[in-house]
Formats: sequence, structure tokens, C-alpha cells
Amino acid sequence: MNAFTPDVTFDLAEAPLRELNAALHAATGDSNARRWRVLNPNGRHALAAGVDAPLTIEVEGHVGYYCAGMNQHAHIIVHGNAGVGVAENMMSGFVHVRGDASQAAGATAHGGLLLIDGNASARCGISMKGVDIIVKGSVGHMSAFMGQAGSLIVFGEAGEALGDSLYEAKLFVRGAVKSLGADCVEKEMRDAHKALIAEKLAAAGISGVDIGDFKRYGSARRLYNFHIDNVDAY
Amino acid sequence: MTAHSNVPRTLPRFSATFDPHTLSEIRRAAATGIYDIRGGGTKRKLPHFDDLLFLGASVSRYPLEGYREKCGTDVVLGTRYAKKPIHLKTPVTIAGMSFGALSAPAKEALGRGASAMGTSTTTGDGGMTPEERGHSSLLVYQYLPSRYGMNPDDLRKADAIEIVIGQGAKPGGGGMLLGQKISDRVAAMRTLPKGIDQRSACRHPDWTGPDDLEIKIEELREITDWQKPIYVKVGASRPYYDISLAVKSGADVVVLDGMQGGTAATQDVFIEHVGIPILSAIRPAVKALQDLGLHRKVQLVVSGGIRNGADVAKALALGADAVAIGTAALVALGDNDPQYEADYAALGSTAGAYDDWHEGRDPAGITTQDPDLWSRLDPVKAGRRLANYLGVLTLEAQTIARACGKSHLHNLEPEDLVALTVEAAAMAGVPLAGTDWIPGRTGGY
Repeated sequence: MNAFTPDVTFDLAEAPLRELNAALHAATGDSNARRWRVLNPNGRHALAAGVDAPLTIEVEGHVGYYCAGMNQHAHIIVHGNAGVGVAENMMSGFVHVRGDASQAAGATAHGGLLLIDGNASARCGISMKGVDIIVKGSVGHMSAFMGQAGSLIVFGEAGEALGDSLYEAKLFVRGAVKSLGADCVEKEMRDAHKALIAEKLAAAGISGVDIGDFKRYGSARRLYNFHIDNVDAY
Repeated sequence: MTAHSNVPRTLPRFSATFDPHTLSEIRRAAATGIYDIRGGGTKRKLPHFDDLLFLGASVSRYPLEGYREKCGTDVVLGTRYAKKPIHLKTPVTIAGMSFGALSAPAKEALGRGASAMGTSTTTGDGGMTPEERGHSSLLVYQYLPSRYGMNPDDLRKADAIEIVIGQGAKPGGGGMLLGQKISDRVAAMRTLPKGIDQRSACRHPDWTGPDDLEIKIEELREITDWQKPIYVKVGASRPYYDISLAVKSGADVVVLDGMQGGTAATQDVFIEHVGIPILSAIRPAVKALQDLGLHRKVQLVVSGGIRNGADVAKALALGADAVAIGTAALVALGDNDPQYEADYAALGSTAGAYDDWHEGRDPAGITTQDPDLWSRLDPVKAGRRLANYLGVLTLEAQTIARACGKSHLHNLEPEDLVALTVEAAAMAGVPLAGTDWIPGRTGGY
């Protein structure tokens, strides 16, 4: 267990998840109940979903689907692996998965920062709408599918069809990309993009990374308006 | 003059298969190389509620006095799990339609009309606008695959949440809003560049199948502290199984949309050839609820081609708890009004047939994002028209229910109905009129 000193410790072996989430929703961050530790998550779904306050929540173990879903303002650390849709539709705040994340990590998220120390599975950042996602490992197939805004920074490799049907999300991958999806192309890495990566890594507390190793991918914008000549791309 | 001039000739005859509309579509396709896109629901003739009749009371049953004896119309939705079910004064709700597909005045008018009659309206793809929240006393917030504008603050402001799996006009298809309608405001709400063709995903991004849906519903309940009713909306295609799985996944309310239900825009071939009529979908859906022991406990809302109080009464008699209207509500606001005939003609259409809603040039100011066209729709007057229309639907349904001896619309039952055609009898599971024959079933009166 880490050295974090909580104001409140909630043991899910002793009380139901509904009680935990209700307590987190009632917390405003203005009282002395700002730092929470959650014990025995044991893969529970929707853990710390819908938090809307500047709390720090440390989860000591693995979580199921939709942990930190729709997070607003909270700083949520998972000391384990996360199931499907961690930080889905996050609006703001910071979610840190110490282990691996399953499919659809950060799906449709509008804001905030999602940091995954391990790998993320398929569809990482699907339909992302402004979130920043940093994956220290690799991401699976169809990552950033229909990504609209925000940035996905991958230290490892990307699976098939990266950025398929991409809108304006910015993708940066350091390792190999198995294939690019429809309308996703490699683009020139300019100083502004390197600065963007540096800014996002600094926000995540990451230093010592050679930014020059990343390649940039984005939308060719050929499919923004349907044209019959592009029908083979679909 | 030739010898042939006196020979009688048959009139030119169009093919029933290659009729003039079909020929025109072949020519259009040949000229453009792309499928036809339009708004609305199916336009073909289908087995529908018109193929059913009520058996008014007589010797074997007695009626209620039309103007004196009470016939209740209210319905409570979301009684299964939600802490705060919603109570509607009439079982006629307004179906999901987006700001983007519709103008802001149209959304406001829908809210005004529905609120005046004590019923709910529903958001659509693109999120919730302050106007519709402000003017809707009961607002259902749709949770769609695109998650455009999806916001937990709005989720908490909603009175109910509707997870959209599909819609009757295009079960299996995603949303579509073409670039002409992606104004600055619509683009900002959807986090998209202005002027692009917005093609929404057809599947949700973070769950697949009923086992995942159950977990998704749990998440939405946790986020909203189990307060809000959660609906699941499906397009009618395999209603018995889809409703069974939606209920198994934990829905409070299931919404079943037949192929007559409208859409803002999709391919004509999709609208006309995918999905099934609402008449054929209600009984399998009710059977699913009955088999699970949850009929009336999980409420069923049906939509797709509801036009009058008879349709409302027939849907309820077949087992629905409420209905939703979309196209009819737009017509009540002023859609396809003959007063704009010259404008419709200029667009190559005619009042009553105009369906190029995706182009954003609606003369009635309803399916457009053009501020000049918006100004044609007065949301107060249009809301009043909708309220009037909702009132008529309710009165008409009550009239029929009283004639069948029912003190509440929900007391209507399949035994009050007969069918005019063999097809309708089989689909609705009621006898062919004048017989005790229900095709595919045994038994009698």
C-alpha cells in the first residue's frame, strides 16, 4: 500500500458500492473529506463514477467497467488494472491507471487527463472529444476511432486501423503502427506538436522522454463531406 | 387519315413494378451515383392501426357515459428501479429529436406544447439545449452512440435517461446530419468542425451486447444516484428478443419504434426496407414482458406512425403503456403546411411530401439551422398547436375507451379489437372481424 494518507477510508468488503458513490457525490471538496482511499475494489463496476468535486481518490486494487466514468475535477488513481471504459466521458480531472486498461479507455471523454502506465486494449480513445490520453505501453486496434478532439500519446505501439474515420484528435505514437484506419495519415511533426507533447507529459508529471521519437498522425479530412469518389474508403 | 385511326387503343399503362416513382429514382441514381437521402419515415403502405377496429360495448359489455364518467389517461414511467419515476397526464409523449436536426424554435415549441399537456419531450443526438430544458417540464435525455454533447451535468438535470440502441426508421444504422445543418452552434455542441457531414456511429463505443448494457445501465444509475428512470429504445426488428434483453439488462422502460417512425436523415433504401411495422412489433414485445412477469412493471412506450387518438387507443389496447409521436408533432408545429406551397414547389417538392429535411432549407423553419427560416416558426403559437393536438389525441382515445366500457386507457385490451385483414389479424394477434380466427393461433372468443 502506498504512503497516501486518506481523510476517509472506504472498504468495499464492508459496505456496498452504492454507498461509496453516494458519499463521493455528496462530497464537495470543501470539507476535510478530500482524500479518499478505497479498499477491496475487487473488479467492481462504476467505481467512483460521476464524481463532481476536487477529491483525490486512491483505489487499492483492480476495478471493473467504467471506473471514474464522467469524472469532473477529481484525481483518481487506480493501483491495479482497469476494466472496459475507464474514465469514459470524463469532463475534467485526472485519472491514473497504474496497471493495464481494457477496451475503450477514455471513450468519448471531453476533457481531463487519462494516464495509463501499462497497455490499453482496443478502441482506446474511441470518439474522444477533448481528453488527453497518455499510454506508456501500447494500444490495441481501432484506437481513436472517430476521435474528434484532444490528444492520444502512445509510448509503445498501436494496433490495426489507428485513427479510423478520425476528425480533429491529435495522435502521437512512438513505436510501430500496424496500420492506419480510413482517412488517417502520418503528418509532419513540427515544433508546435513537440511542444504539445511536452506540455501534456509535464501535466502528467512525466519527464525524461525523448519527444523526437514520436510520429504524428491526423485526419486527411477527405471524408469530412461524403463524395462518391471516396466510397472505397468506407 | 389512315385506316388505323379508328382502331381503339389501350391507354398507356405504367408498370406496377417499374412505376413512375421507381423510374425517377433509377434516373436519379444513374445521374448521381449516390443513394437518395431523405428525412421522415417509410412512405410505403404498410399494415397499420387502420387495419384494426374496436368492438364497442353492447349487450355483453356496457359503455361509460361519454361526458360524465371518468376515463383516466395518466401513466407513471420508471417504477421498476428509479427513485423518481415520472408521472405523465397523458400517455402521449414526444419522441427524441435533436437540436441540429430541428431548429431551436421547434425544440422550444415541442417543450411548450408537451409541458402544457403534462407530458414529456426528449432530446436527441447532440445533447441538451438550455431552451429545451427550460421549456420542458419533463425532459428525457437521450444517451446515444455518438455521445455528442454528452454531459453529466445535463444527465443530472434530466428527468429520465433514454439509452438509444436504434430507431424504427433505421434499426442498425447511426445518425446522420449533413454539413448544411452543422452551424457554429451545432458544431460546438458536437465538438465537430463546422460544415462537415456528421455520421454518427451505429454502435455504442464502450459496450457491446446485453451483458455490457447491464453494466452501462448500472453506471448511469450510480452516476445519478438511482434517481432517474432509465429507458432503452430499440428500432423494431426482433422485438421479442430485443425487449427481453433490454429488460434483462435492467431497463425501467422500453421504447419500441416501428419503421414508420421518422428520422432527420438517412438513406431512403434503409427507411423503406429495414425494420418492421409497429403493428407487428407490439404483441411480441408485450409477450416478452409477460413471459418475464414484468408487463406493466417495466413500461412499454411504442412509436412509429401514431396519428390520432384511435392509434393511441389501439397501441394501448395491444399492451403498450404509452406512445411517442415525432412526425405528427412536427406537423402540428407546422411542418409541410400548405401555406408554404410556393416554397416547397421551389424546392422541387410539394406541401405534404417535402422530406429533404437534411438539406436545412425547410420553409416551415422546423428542420433547419437557417436563422431566417427559424423566424417563420413562432414557438409560442407552435407550442399551442402541439398542445391542442395532444389534447385531441387524448380526447379521442378516451372516447374510444369509454365506448369499450373502460375507466382508464390502460384498461383497453386486445379483446377489444378485431382486424380487417388477415395480415393485421396475424400481426396484432386479434381475430379477423366477424370471425374467431387469429391466424397462427388456436382458440376463440
